[in-house]
Amino acid sequence: MLVVIAIVATIVFIFVNMLGDPAVLLLPPEASPEELAKARAAMGLDKSPWEQYKLFAVNVLHGDLGNSFVFREPAMKLIFERMPATLEIVILAMIIAALIAIPLGVYVGAHPNTFLSRSILSLSLLCISMPTFWFGIVLILVFSVQLGWLPSSGRGDVVVVWGMRLSFLTWDGLKHIILPAVTLAVQQLATQLRLTRAGMMEVLRQDYIKFAKAKGVSPHDVLYGHALKNALIPVITVYGLEFGGLVVFATITETIFAWPGMGKLLIDSINISDRPVIIAYLMLASMLFVVINFIVDILYTIVDPRIDLR
Amino acid sequence: MDAGKRISKFLRSEGFHNFKHNPFAIAGAVIIFLFLLTAVFGPHLVSQNPYDLAQLDLNDSYKPPIWQEGSDPRFILGTDDQGRNMVSAIVYGVRMSVTIGFCVTMICMTVGTVLGLISGYKGGRLDSLIMGLVNVQLSFPSLLIAMLVLIAFGRGVWKIILALSFSGWVTYARTVRGTAMAEKNKEYVEAAKVIGFPERVILFRHILPNVMTPVIVIATLQIGTVILSEATLSFLGIGIPITEPSLGLLVAQGYNVLFSGLWWVSVFPGLVLMLLVVGMNLLGDFLRDEFNPRLK
Amino acid sequence: MTMTEEAKNDNGVLLEVRDLSTHFHTFRGVVKAVDGVSFSLKRGEILGVVGESGCGKSVTGFSVLRLIDPPGRIAGGDIIFEGESLLKKSEREMERIRGNKISMIFQDPMTSLNPVYTIKRQICETLELHEGLRGREAHKRAVELLRLVGIPSPESRVNYYPHQFSGGMRQRVIIAISLATSPSLIIADEPTTALDVTVQAQLIKRLYSLVRKNNSSMILITHDLSLVSGVSDNIIVMYCGRVIERGSSEAVISRPAHPYTVGLLGSIPKMAGEREMLRQISGMVPNPFDMPAGCAFCPRCEMAQSICEKEYPRMREIEEGHCVCCHFAGGRGL
Repeated sequence: MLVVIAIVATIVFIFVNMLGDPAVLLLPPEASPEELAKARAAMGLDKSPWEQYKLFAVNVLHGDLGNSFVFREPAMKLIFERMPATLEIVILAMIIAALIAIPLGVYVGAHPNTFLSRSILSLSLLCISMPTFWFGIVLILVFSVQLGWLPSSGRGDVVVVWGMRLSFLTWDGLKHIILPAVTLAVQQLATQLRLTRAGMMEVLRQDYIKFAKAKGVSPHDVLYGHALKNALIPVITVYGLEFGGLVVFATITETIFAWPGMGKLLIDSINISDRPVIIAYLMLASMLFVVINFIVDILYTIVDPRIDLR
Repeated sequence: MDAGKRISKFLRSEGFHNFKHNPFAIAGAVIIFLFLLTAVFGPHLVSQNPYDLAQLDLNDSYKPPIWQEGSDPRFILGTDDQGRNMVSAIVYGVRMSVTIGFCVTMICMTVGTVLGLISGYKGGRLDSLIMGLVNVQLSFPSLLIAMLVLIAFGRGVWKIILALSFSGWVTYARTVRGTAMAEKNKEYVEAAKVIGFPERVILFRHILPNVMTPVIVIATLQIGTVILSEATLSFLGIGIPITEPSLGLLVAQGYNVLFSGLWWVSVFPGLVLMLLVVGMNLLGDFLRDEFNPRLK
Repeated sequence: MTMTEEAKNDNGVLLEVRDLSTHFHTFRGVVKAVDGVSFSLKRGEILGVVGESGCGKSVTGFSVLRLIDPPGRIAGGDIIFEGESLLKKSEREMERIRGNKISMIFQDPMTSLNPVYTIKRQICETLELHEGLRGREAHKRAVELLRLVGIPSPESRVNYYPHQFSGGMRQRVIIAISLATSPSLIIADEPTTALDVTVQAQLIKRLYSLVRKNNSSMILITHDLSLVSGVSDNIIVMYCGRVIERGSSEAVISRPAHPYTVGLLGSIPKMAGEREMLRQISGMVPNPFDMPAGCAFCPRCEMAQSICEKEYPRMREIEEGHCVCCHFAGGRGL
């Protein structure tokens, strides 16, 4: 795993260097030639590329990815401050999605030919085909502009728990969190539902299901006892992988709802060319994936008895 | 078999029979066909080229759709802040979406299939290398990869195509590799080797046709994703530049004026996007179920 | 539980299948997998059902338990078990019979067990469901059952997962599960086909002795005539969904009447005696969508006459208890 992180860091390093003069990258655009030269020297750009790489690596290990131009604070710190906000909507979205998708998926997989099943499936197709950002906007139009029930942007009141600022613990916070979380959940939900359905349909064709029936096991127990556990194995692992993707995907939702998370910071930074923050975000996001993949691999060995920790 | 016989054999096949009786699949095909027509002929049929600044009149801006008060009969779905006819803008946007979807998918399909074939057939170090690349890329969401490329290289139509292709080839490679590995041990490959066909010929003339089925399924399902990704990236402002048409950009514009009650600028382009992707997915779903041997 | 002690006015007949038909409705037409099959089974009897792949013997087995999934359905006939018609029972009543009074052994041991549960759990599922055993009691009985089928160190192995067992061992586990409730009838669908030859003999012997000890009846479905000859009391031979010969093991094996049976026996390689060319049955099984009007075996039969093409032969008794479905009875012996 550390190897992969190292590879990722190297790739980012190469990318940064590929884009031209890092001094230009990391300094505000109005810097004068003397300032640039000073910065280059300070960054050790007059040294050989190998030396530069070592410096970069050392800096990364110390978590030093430079200071934001705009906020004049360490980029990493800025991102970490906003992480709880992003995690809030992501986790809430995943919970909403799972609570709806899995039971429905089981039903649709077990009874694929009922009218209800077909309707659910059609609806899920619609949800997958729908652009998330558009759906968020529609939600705002309906619930904020027309009905005025829910706020259209921003985060609600926060409560500080263990140094983290969390907003879902307040009523005002919940009102603010609902629309973004639902927007994020919709596509997730549809994908999960289809996955569960596909898993169920495949599992139900297996011999051991027929054997369970031959043993006289009731249809309910065949479904929830025998089939479900087998069908959920791939679903759970995909779920884990989706988490990382959702954190990035939340960027869109955060933009629409002006939700102060990591993603919004990224977009804002892109628009004002606050490069250190951009780089910090990319590094962090990449690391997040590596870690998640690792955790999911371990999760797989726990859930499926056929797989060894080797 | 000559063409006529092939066609009639296809029309009598179980696959086509299932297609005929599946209203969803037919709907999907019809939708896709209509969109293709729009993409090709649309710009010639609408009154205005919304991206030709000379044709725009700011006095026309922010007109509502025709069923609301204050509308202008020339603009059925209303106009945006520059006075662009929504219908025209959407049509041009559709052309862009379809083009990008098609290009990216073609590139990914070609690159991915070739790499997958080589990887699966030859094995060894080349295989490990290619699969290593695949696995690294798979651990990152495609959106992130596309963002990375666009942040580095800036906005632009070809840059978006590049960015989206970067992450898209991977699924093809993996699937094709699996099939290639299974096929290479079969007898017809042995036979071809014995006859003396060079490797290249064996790969492309013999193994490739057997690999096409899953590739086609992936392709139909991927076009929809690509179209949505382009729209998303454009919406975020890192995709297609404002001078070019894009459904995503239209929605973004609409977002800015949401609270002034000018809902149509966002809603209609998004609706059209959704419809396009629905069509793709309907057909793609049908093909996937049809070609899945495990469901039979 | 133990076999019923109530006096049943059934002459000791446990199962009677009358004119059973099971059809599959596919895109290309209707396949009559089982087409008018009749046979009966007494208590404690072992019946061998023999035929090649696709003759409908497995489907017959599944039909008895009403485990036919769409696009198949039981299209006609009746199945009388312990004096009652199984086709008239509700699904819940069938669930009480399956795995309890009638159990089934499937062909492929590698896929019959649920891979994510221990075999202890899978055995105890049956025990809990039909015998009401739980906890310690169930555990003890599970270990006992494993010992009975010849699995070494059952106390520790009972907690294993299926993938930790070899194919032969898994099949033993399945036999253990099927015997757990001392069923009146066991349907064994090609129980040894998927196993190594060396393991096959052991397993069949073990199965045979356990069935006899329990005084259960068994329907042994197989394509292997030699397997069935040593084990079963009576044999029925199936071809294209129909029974073409029935009789005691001894009669059918030593005096086969139907040309197909003769052919089957003739194609068994002999271990002793002179080496001869293996005799084959020429031709192929007819297309299930396009069955001939007369005798299904006619195209391949050496004794075929014009009547065979036009008229389907009736089942005729050629000696006591030995019936054959052919226009020309008393065919050549081996």
